[in-house]
Amino acid sequence: MSKELLTGNEALVRGALKAGATFLAGYPITPTTEIMKYWADEHLRDNKLVFLQTEDEMAAGFAAIGACLAGTKAFTATAGPGNILMQDAFAMAENLRLPVVSFIMQRGGPSTGTVIYSQQEVNLTCFGGNGEGLRIVYSTSNIQDLYDYAIKAFNTAWKYRFPTFLLGDGYQSKMLSAVEQKEPQEIIEPSPYLLNPNKEAGAYTNLRNTYNLEEELAEVIAAHKKSFEAVSPEIVEFEDIHTLDAELVIFAHGIVSTVAKEAQEDLRKEGLKVGLFRPITLSPFPTQSAQQVVSNKSILIVESSLGQFAKLLKSEVSLDFSKVKELFKPAMGVTKQEIIEAVKKIIKKNKFLVKNE
Amino acid sequence: MNNLPKSWKKESLPHKFCPGCGQALALKILGYAIDELGIQDKAVYGTDIGCSLLSWNMFDVDTIQTHHGRATPTMVGLKHAKPEAIAIAFMGDGGGYAIGAQHLINACLRDDKITVILINNANYAMTGGQTAPTTLIGEITTTAPAGRKIEDFGRPIHGPEMLETIAADGAYIARCASNDFDTTLKYIKKAIQNQIDGQGFSFVEVLSMCPVNWKKKTQESLDFIEEMKKVYPLGEIKVSKEESVE
Repeated sequence: MSKELLTGNEALVRGALKAGATFLAGYPITPTTEIMKYWADEHLRDNKLVFLQTEDEMAAGFAAIGACLAGTKAFTATAGPGNILMQDAFAMAENLRLPVVSFIMQRGGPSTGTVIYSQQEVNLTCFGGNGEGLRIVYSTSNIQDLYDYAIKAFNTAWKYRFPTFLLGDGYQSKMLSAVEQKEPQEIIEPSPYLLNPNKEAGAYTNLRNTYNLEEELAEVIAAHKKSFEAVSPEIVEFEDIHTLDAELVIFAHGIVSTVAKEAQEDLRKEGLKVGLFRPITLSPFPTQSAQQVVSNKSILIVESSLGQFAKLLKSEVSLDFSKVKELFKPAMGVTKQEIIEAVKKIIKKNKFLVKNE
Repeated sequence: MNNLPKSWKKESLPHKFCPGCGQALALKILGYAIDELGIQDKAVYGTDIGCSLLSWNMFDVDTIQTHHGRATPTMVGLKHAKPEAIAIAFMGDGGGYAIGAQHLINACLRDDKITVILINNANYAMTGGQTAPTTLIGEITTTAPAGRKIEDFGRPIHGPEMLETIAADGAYIARCASNDFDTTLKYIKKAIQNQIDGQGFSFVEVLSMCPVNWKKKTQESLDFIEEMKKVYPLGEIKVSKEESVE
């Protein structure tokens, strides 16, 4: 199939359209603004596509919730400070298991930070709000991913009814790349929570997120947790590259994993036994597979944050911390050369240790 | 039971509001408005938190209880996604004039075709009587123990008058008091009808008794409503252009 040159933000909109999304509410913020621009163009062509530029990110999040309640595939897109504000709506989506889809394209933080790039919204996207993180988070690694996982995000959200996030970054938003716009094999149809035409006559739906008793809320959380755990095996995704015989495994997600993959290939060519493990879903985390990978291996965790991904990994997987090294570059890109050097340093040290045993 | 609104959920009775609460009266009137307009199966009721959340299961109408200040944007999103739905956002003075003020203003500015009903009881009632944007000068609250002073909290907000300055031609904006059944029913019905007719944004502020937090008996509460009316004049502040020509 022929490919088309698209920016990341454009690829996201193409994916959303292909998934059957018909509603975008958003507030402009770099690096996601063009998502609104492209959607506004689509809205101009087809007025059945709803476009709502709201007064702020809270309104965008809640408007997307309102649209989901009406049975519409609705989404929003934001980053950084906007992601903070939107957690208000995401917490409600978590409480009521509403299939709101959000494209989060990370920028530097804390605060306004930079408008460019980081991997510092892992905590916020996976665990933001005052809940337990019962959300689905896909971390994309390139522009093709943005198209593919935009479609997948809507399918997952409406199939499993948990708020679903596509976690990218400003590099992915703004980069141009050749994208193959595949036809999805499956499209999950939405259905309304309110004003459902198929409801029984005289039956009305009263939805709430506030409970009177501790026990009532605890029951709701327990039920959500049970459902989340039950569907997690169907949702979990990861990429495992040559970890089986590896002496050292790089752990990276998102665009950093793309660079890490190149580093891993080069290191293999040099005869070094290096593998790569890339969780695609940060939530639910591919815990079992990651656990199998780490045994008796040196681990290098690489990320554009001071350890948000590392903390997630350490909370999910039992690790021998003496074998774990970290390459953290908060709010900065990571180069192939930096990863290669870090890997070689560890392997050299390992050899030294073996020789002196 | 016979004189209760048909659209009230009988299983949820008795309602959860305090004795003498004006908000419960306003919700009863909203129930009659829904009945008389015959929109029980077309309406979505979106409620704020604060005392208004007590109404989450008050109606046999599809309902969503939202976050503080966010009933407006939730109903805006629902209405844009499903224009044939009749979206009613219900909130207090905190939800509309403080924490959700930007949503109310921008929904009015965009002329979103939703109906907002806002209870003005001159305090934050659910949390035990704090100063609201609507608290009268001199009125004692737990956060203004010596009474509201302009230098601390500014002047009481006049929401409908403020919205009138940015409302589109088809908007409907009114203020009434929940102890005046007939006028409140008339205004709420007109506000919802304005949405049904696709005229524009519609907004009704309802002055409402809060005897518990006001620490007033029934008659004293009604007297205080009279004081509020001096600050917040009742009436239709804006009717749609077509109607004003008639």
